[in-house]
Amino acid sequence: MNTVTAPAEPTTPTPTKKSGGFTATASNYIDERTSISTAVKELGRKIFPDHWSFLLGEVALYSFVIILLSGTFLTFFFQASMAEVHYEGSYVPLKGIEMSAAMASTLDISFDVRGGLLMRQVHHWAALLFVASIGLHMLRIFFTGAFRKPRELNWVIGFVLFILAMAEGFTGYSLPDDLLSGNGLRIIDGMVKGIPVIGTWTSFLLFGGEFPGTDIVGRLYSLHILLLPAIILVLIALHLLFVVVHKHTQFSGPGRTQQNVVGYPILPVYAAKAGGFFFIVFGVVMLIASLFTINPVWNYGPYDPSPVSAGTQPDWYIGFADGVLRLAPSNWDIVLFDHTFSFGILIPLAVVGLFIVLVLIYPFIEGWITGDKREHHILDRPRNAATRTAIGSAGVTFYAVLWAAASSDIIATHFKVTMEGVIHTLQVLLFVGPVLAYFIAKRTCLALQKKDRSIALHGYESGRIVRLPGGEYIEVHEPVDEYERWNLVGHESYQPLMIRPNSRGRITVAQRTRAALSRWFFEDRIDPVTQGELESSHDHH
Amino acid sequence: MAQDDNSGTELAAADSSDHGHGTAHAVGTAVVARDAVQNPGFPPHRPRVTDLDPKKEKNAERAVYTLFYLSIVGSVWAIAAYMAFPIVPEDIASVRANNLFIGLGLALALLALGIGAVHWGKALMHAEEGIDERHPVRGTVETRARAIEIFDEANQESGFGRRSLIRNSLIGALIAFPLPAVVLFRGLAPENQNPVDLLKHTMWEAGDKLARDPSGVPIKAADVTVGSVFHVIPEKLASVGHTEGYLEEKAKAIVLLMRLKPEDLVEDEDRKAWSYDGIVAYSKVCTHVGCPVALYEQQTHHLLCPCHQSQFDVTNHCAVIFGPAARPLPQLPIAVDDEGYLVAQSDFKEPVGPSFWERH
Repeated sequence: MNTVTAPAEPTTPTPTKKSGGFTATASNYIDERTSISTAVKELGRKIFPDHWSFLLGEVALYSFVIILLSGTFLTFFFQASMAEVHYEGSYVPLKGIEMSAAMASTLDISFDVRGGLLMRQVHHWAALLFVASIGLHMLRIFFTGAFRKPRELNWVIGFVLFILAMAEGFTGYSLPDDLLSGNGLRIIDGMVKGIPVIGTWTSFLLFGGEFPGTDIVGRLYSLHILLLPAIILVLIALHLLFVVVHKHTQFSGPGRTQQNVVGYPILPVYAAKAGGFFFIVFGVVMLIASLFTINPVWNYGPYDPSPVSAGTQPDWYIGFADGVLRLAPSNWDIVLFDHTFSFGILIPLAVVGLFIVLVLIYPFIEGWITGDKREHHILDRPRNAATRTAIGSAGVTFYAVLWAAASSDIIATHFKVTMEGVIHTLQVLLFVGPVLAYFIAKRTCLALQKKDRSIALHGYESGRIVRLPGGEYIEVHEPVDEYERWNLVGHESYQPLMIRPNSRGRITVAQRTRAALSRWFFEDRIDPVTQGELESSHDHH
Repeated sequence: MAQDDNSGTELAAADSSDHGHGTAHAVGTAVVARDAVQNPGFPPHRPRVTDLDPKKEKNAERAVYTLFYLSIVGSVWAIAAYMAFPIVPEDIASVRANNLFIGLGLALALLALGIGAVHWGKALMHAEEGIDERHPVRGTVETRARAIEIFDEANQESGFGRRSLIRNSLIGALIAFPLPAVVLFRGLAPENQNPVDLLKHTMWEAGDKLARDPSGVPIKAADVTVGSVFHVIPEKLASVGHTEGYLEEKAKAIVLLMRLKPEDLVEDEDRKAWSYDGIVAYSKVCTHVGCPVALYEQQTHHLLCPCHQSQFDVTNHCAVIFGPAARPLPQLPIAVDDEGYLVAQSDFKEPVGPSFWERH
């Protein structure tokens, strides 16, 4: 790997290496058996660019490591069994109560194992951080266009990881077999039963008979600690492999081009910063876990199908899926051909499913519209891709409305408004909100582009007012230096596709669709400043 | 399609990100301006204070090793806290202290270690950025040609393309072999039960006494005053053991019992005999996705499901008046026996709980 360090390094006279010494001998021993020097040569000075937003993916990776470590500890104490026991542990209010071994062992971890509660809380907080950081990481990737060629497949892998992270979260949440998680499973059971044709049997197979049965915790445990983590590990490895193959994207900046990557080498700077950052993330999770309670299952008690308390909430990342259920109108069951279609469940599921699929395939849609087959390693500033940013804002708003809907009852009680009012408002917002967000974001982006143009051409407002000899007042504009200016002008724009007949003289439907989408994307556009414009603007001053 | 995209005449060639790997890639509808502003190149390097001032450098060094020592202190603290703050059985405060002090020690160990390493990297390590050159992700023309050649050779040597019977039967075998694994999963559910039959019935039978949940004490009609609400299970549920399906039966059989003024009830002609003097019993399992409909609003006679806020009107056979539920709550026909206890006339007349495909 030809890593070029920009300026000459200070050359200190290196003393000729002594042969021998423990490190040298050990290195030689390992290299002769593993060829590890090749890996060090290839990767040791690999360059990673720096930007705070690149840390989001790192947070996700590190939280996963924290989850593996704390989770492994928990497996030594947890009993994934629904066998009925009488609780005889330290927590007095539940003494003698019948509950499953899963719930009892969760209580034992919390109240009878030293540091057990800490590890439970580390595990849960890190899991929340895992999903949150993946979500933010995806937003960074989306809004900067980092999913463009050659990284489309890595977007898909990352998105699948997001879904798997939520699956991990849900299966883990269900393991203690407490009242809240049991109700969560009850909801899943109800949704599964609503699926046409296979629903009833799927639920029956999932729970090993009728809900709740005595199998589900053990089954979720297998998924939670074996199957899902294995898939996640493989996908993370693939995800990172692609980061190495593609080399990391970088933001536009002076000296940075599509053909280079500017930053710090893995050894030593990146290793110190990224390695240190792992411990910072771990430390922050540890601090939160030692100070703040999470999921106090002892307050909820063991699962029983009868009681439930008002204001029940799923963990936040499942909120959007719970919220969409709440927004469905009443009485949507339809009986057709002697079978029940539960549209009250199916339509919300379809809405969420469609949303997920659209996000998953977005890179391919945009790639098809632009027809741009080049590799893109320089990130877009969100304002310079106005339509994409607007679509992203609409998507975020859509998600946010579903998410808010999951707390509709809490919103109603806290703000002293009616439940019906909250739901009806959110139902309207689900459709109107994204449209509003789209237009606001798009106009804001275009306005910011115009501002950039004006600053690049005429400089920034200095705040200094000068009176000219003729009596006219002007504000002096200070020019930006060429490095700063490059940040404002160093991007490309796209123009709408012009429809042309293909080689057989036809205009296909696909071509028309693409042209329409292209017009939608690129009709409102502001060209970046060119050299000619710069020169002529200088002439004016 | 790609060649149509360069519609504008002002377009120059695509930027040459190919480094002699052959094909230039289509720019699509990107506008590549001929007189785009040129990249000014790297700005001059700005040294840090630690590069210029040896005293600051010394300070930074001191800060880094102090943090690392602090980290050791944190680890020792955590171990000490493990012993100094043991959990005393039945003392909840000891659990809190154990959690707090082990956690704070570990947090100190981790944060100091992390901050120290990052500070070292930022303040003391070589500060000038390096540059890697990028190469197109695709293999070089030669590599790709060789890859194709290898597949050709493999095809020649194996006869994969030529011996179509072998190839097709191999594909068939590969598709067939995972199928038994799928079939094995039938064992996830019991062999001798039909979920549809089970979902259509609950344990309620004619003459079963209505009892309080969870105590199991039977309820007399006289106990049910106007405006009150009872969480109800079948009295015989108590005799069902946990291994015999207690929770499964309970999940279907739970009932809410309310007494309204008889004139407040709007009852269908054929269901008038299902209530007793304003006392009505409805399934507590939400017809949406199955949560217990546990909240009764006494003044409005509405039942509210706390999971997704479906609301049911008790005066009108628990019709859905708000929220995502699909159907009214099923009614349990009740009567009073010789001793004045409330009893079921029969099972529910329709399946309780969430909708399912075979429900109708």
